Amino acid sequence: MIEMERVAYSYGEELLSELNLSISQGSFYFLTGPSGSGKTTFLKMCYGSLVPTSGKLSVFGKDSSSLSRDEIAYLRRKIGVVHQDCQFLDHLTVVDNIALPIMVSARSSLSDSLNLKELLNWVGLSHRSKALPAELSGGERQRAALARAIIMSPNIILADEPTGNIDWEMSQRLIRLLVELNHMGKTVVIATHDLNLIRFTKTSVQARVLRISNKTVQLAGSDL
Amino acid sequence: MAGVGDYSLPNRYAVQIVPTNGFTSLLTFFTSASMAFLIVFSIAMSTAADRLAQSWSASLANSATLRVSAPLVDIESQTEAALNVLSSTKGIASFRLLKVEEQQALLEPWFGPDVPIDNLPMPRLIVIEENEDGYDRVGLRLRLAAEVPSAVLDDHTRWREPLVKAAYRIWFLGWLSTCLVLCIVVSMIILVTRAGLLSNRKVIEVLRLVGATDQYIAGAFVRKFAFRAFFGSTLGGVVASLTLFLLPSKVDQNAILTGLRLEGLEWSWLIIIPVFFFILTFFAARISSLNILKSLS
Repeated sequence: MIEMERVAYSYGEELLSELNLSISQGSFYFLTGPSGSGKTTFLKMCYGSLVPTSGKLSVFGKDSSSLSRDEIAYLRRKIGVVHQDCQFLDHLTVVDNIALPIMVSARSSLSDSLNLKELLNWVGLSHRSKALPAELSGGERQRAALARAIIMSPNIILADEPTGNIDWEMSQRLIRLLVELNHMGKTVVIATHDLNLIRFTKTSVQARVLRISNKTVQLAGSDL
Repeated sequence: MAGVGDYSLPNRYAVQIVPTNGFTSLLTFFTSASMAFLIVFSIAMSTAADRLAQSWSASLANSATLRVSAPLVDIESQTEAALNVLSSTKGIASFRLLKVEEQQALLEPWFGPDVPIDNLPMPRLIVIEENEDGYDRVGLRLRLAAEVPSAVLDDHTRWREPLVKAAYRIWFLGWLSTCLVLCIVVSMIILVTRAGLLSNRKVIEVLRLVGATDQYIAGAFVRKFAFRAFFGSTLGGVVASLTLFLLPSKVDQNAILTGLRLEGLEWSWLIIIPVFFFILTFFAARISSLNILKSLS
């Protein structure tokens, strides 16, 4: 699903280099590393927000550097993204925010999307559907962001520090949802520096851990 | 979790993806209202000038005035001679000697009422209406010069043409003003669209994150501005029409500016202007927003 061959990214100064990786359907990955190591950049390259400065990155078999603006938009409909700050439209209700991917898509893609009511139930937000994002707690916001990320039934879910702003109990709840999605066959990649979260997750799913170190990605050993 | 079923989805067009409480919305509305107001007045001025030019052309083109100026002792005989000449001239449909009261009415705006013009050496005026074939102006002038030397034939050309030209210039200026106002509208929409997009970067970021194309994002902004322009211009047009109604009517005062109004089919401008504003705003905002979105990638 995601193939990297000698991928590098530079913001003037090189941040990531020599990334060689293959993420297959149904796998569960953690991406760790210190702040500023390039975790977010790695994820942004995966969903087409950034284009590698060198190397080849293929998503769903397509070279990301050759995608047109519209193709990038279509690609993002197949990839669910959860950010630490959730990125909601503050003037829309929770249900409108969750349904945004459907609203921006063509009507024909509705058949692929999930049932909104069931989705709200699944993330435990049925009673908060008409609330504004500002009225939600941190955990509720993250669950709403997850619901929005998966409403189009994407094959890949990328989460960037999804538990960064929520307590341990809420973090566990969110991780359980992501694990459940992985059991449904979705590919999950979570960027985090929370080792406890990784240990907790590994008890319920076969998760691999990628560590960004010295500008490149390495598969972490069993020390985690 | 199967396909979308019983739960009603938010309408993709009804939901205001772009916040509506921004200053750009108000700016678009009030600028459109103001510009539509000015356009209605420009059009009213143009159409009034056009009517005036046509009226002057039509009503004065086939008429002339013969002025007989002579000492009081000769005035009656000279006038009689002039009437004889006119009666034997081909191409004249009718001619009529103005009565003293009529001449008095003509002078009233300058001298006031009850001026005893009987005692003044006033020329006698004969109004001439030509028929479809018209009369030979040169021939008539020669005959008058020979038989009534004190008579002067004024076919109104001398002062009618500059007036008609002036009226047409006002007509042109009215339409030029309309075009300039429309240029301002386009400029305003481009600036407002730019400001609207730049002040809603977060909205754009979120929409892109969930897979929105530039066309969709541009559409969300364009709809917002186009409808504001439509409603604003409708309001401006209605207010301008009411103002035109309140202006003094042409009947009350016979002056050029009092003819400033719309007549008959010209009222359709009140429908055309908002629709035109919508279309103009739609395309200006769309082209502008797509360019800005390209630069924001």
